[in-house]
Amino acid sequence: MEMSGLFFYLVSFLTMAGIYAVICIALNIQWGFGGLFNAGIAGFYAIGAYTAAILTSANSTRHVGGFDLPIIVGLIGAGLVAGLLGWVVAKICIRLKADYLAMASIGIAEIVRLAIINESWLTNGSIGISRIPRPLEDIFTGRSAEVVFLIFIWLMVLLTYLIAERLRFSPWGRVMRAIRDNEDSAASIGKDVQYFRTQSFIIGAIFMGIAGALSAHFFKYFSPDATEPLLVTFLVWVMLIAGGSGNNKGALAGALIIWALWSMTELLTQQLPPEWASRSSYLRMLLIGLFLQLVLQKFRTGLFPEKALNRD
Amino acid sequence: MIDFINYYLIPGVTLGSIYALGAVGISMIFGILRFAHFAHGDLMTVGAYAALTTVWVTGLPALATIPVAIAVTCIVALLMDKWFYKPLRALPTIYTVIASFGVAMLLRSSIQLIWGTDSQVYFTGFQKPMIFFDTLRIASRHIQFIVFTVLIAFALHYFLNKTRTGKSMRAVADDPELASICGLKTETVIRATWIIGAALTAIAGIFVGLDTDVHTNLGWNLLLPMFAAALLGGIGKPMGAMVGGLIIGIAEEICTYPIFGESLIEPSYKSAVAFVLMVIILIFRPQGLFKGRLL
Repeated sequence: MEMSGLFFYLVSFLTMAGIYAVICIALNIQWGFGGLFNAGIAGFYAIGAYTAAILTSANSTRHVGGFDLPIIVGLIGAGLVAGLLGWVVAKICIRLKADYLAMASIGIAEIVRLAIINESWLTNGSIGISRIPRPLEDIFTGRSAEVVFLIFIWLMVLLTYLIAERLRFSPWGRVMRAIRDNEDSAASIGKDVQYFRTQSFIIGAIFMGIAGALSAHFFKYFSPDATEPLLVTFLVWVMLIAGGSGNNKGALAGALIIWALWSMTELLTQQLPPEWASRSSYLRMLLIGLFLQLVLQKFRTGLFPEKALNRD
Repeated sequence: MIDFINYYLIPGVTLGSIYALGAVGISMIFGILRFAHFAHGDLMTVGAYAALTTVWVTGLPALATIPVAIAVTCIVALLMDKWFYKPLRALPTIYTVIASFGVAMLLRSSIQLIWGTDSQVYFTGFQKPMIFFDTLRIASRHIQFIVFTVLIAFALHYFLNKTRTGKSMRAVADDPELASICGLKTETVIRATWIIGAALTAIAGIFVGLDTDVHTNLGWNLLLPMFAAALLGGIGKPMGAMVGGLIIGIAEEICTYPIFGESLIEPSYKSAVAFVLMVIILIFRPQGLFKGRLL
């Protein structure tokens, strides 16, 4: 690969890693802070992506919109819609054991997928939504635009990270940890367990929606097969647990490292003989699945374990 | 009316039998091992593919390969318990849920590696439905599925109420502390749970493969209705799970029946019915119809 090719591969790699970092930090708010199991990450991600796509894409006769609105409106819209969905899920099963939340969130992801495929007046069905803009597209073109978009993504990562860190050190974050570690004792000092859990689920869902919006802008085109929904959910879980749940730095590092491993295995499996190459994506899935089991059994605290806070 | 029975009720009962067989395992694993087993659908896929290979090798009809499929699925289930779930048993069960989510991926990607991703069938050709009283049409395979499921339900009932292991399983599902104080062997109970859950889900997998085709997402696609069935019946209540499965299956088919000229929901949203039912159960009666455990 020539130098500039390598450079742009790196730019595209870091852009995707940034999007995954946002989802991973969002999952950390739900799972790391609150102990809430979300198995339907892809649903929140997809609904965010479609909201942003409909709000910001150029006008089209095939589906509602696009409304050609500024990107910031799309991001806010994506966060709101995903947050609303999160509120609904939380409302139904936050009072039950985490397993029920996992089932319900898988269900909601499935409903979102069905709606996206079937409601073509809204989403243009399996053809998808095209002409989704990127920020500052008029000023920068060609290769510099890729770099500008990378900077934009990582500014969003920074923003997400700072908000998550602020939440972690806040009184709210302390209550969340108390609830996660001992629900009964937190309730006994008068903390409304369900209220706090609902909040943490909604905040996480909002950032997942925003991450979806970011990827819609990155691909400039979004259709039901733009991503493998299970892959998104699964990879993010591996990222968070390998990085260190409860720790935002861990979430960030986990996203970068696992995305790097995942991308490298793609490069490696391309070298395989052709009769194997077609099945290589399943081999990668198998390896990442085994990796998760290894992490769960041997390195459960992750690369950056959660530290007790000593800050007042 | 006869159209309703032929095209909605009988397919509903067939689908319900499949859900029922899968949901028994989910309900018992949730009740005894205390976690939602997300790999149960993919375990079903393992059974369907084990039968497929046996059909290829021996040329037997698919239903005759049930013992092989059960054996393979049970071995896979026991091994995955030993390798992936047992090491996490001392931790909060949510870690096992995460592990089972990963095992679902492991099973599916292994199947995709070994068998590829093309849809396969056990046999080719069209089966003529049997016609009774001139109007009642039932495909002979549907009769087979329903008869098998009824027989399994009786056998399961006998096992749970008359045998020592069966009684121990119900005891552990009802109250694990009391059961262990009474000296029941937890590991034996756990092994029996996996064997029964895996055997029934393997049979369900063959039914799905016979009814439509064998593909790698076969089991995963049915996971949600099976969870709904287990919740509806009450966690830890295997017979409840069978009833729940039947209800969910019939409800899915009936919702698309044009009662007032128009069907209740679009057929493309059929798989949302199970989810809606699950949400209703979770809100109004999380312990299920038959007073299962609320974990």
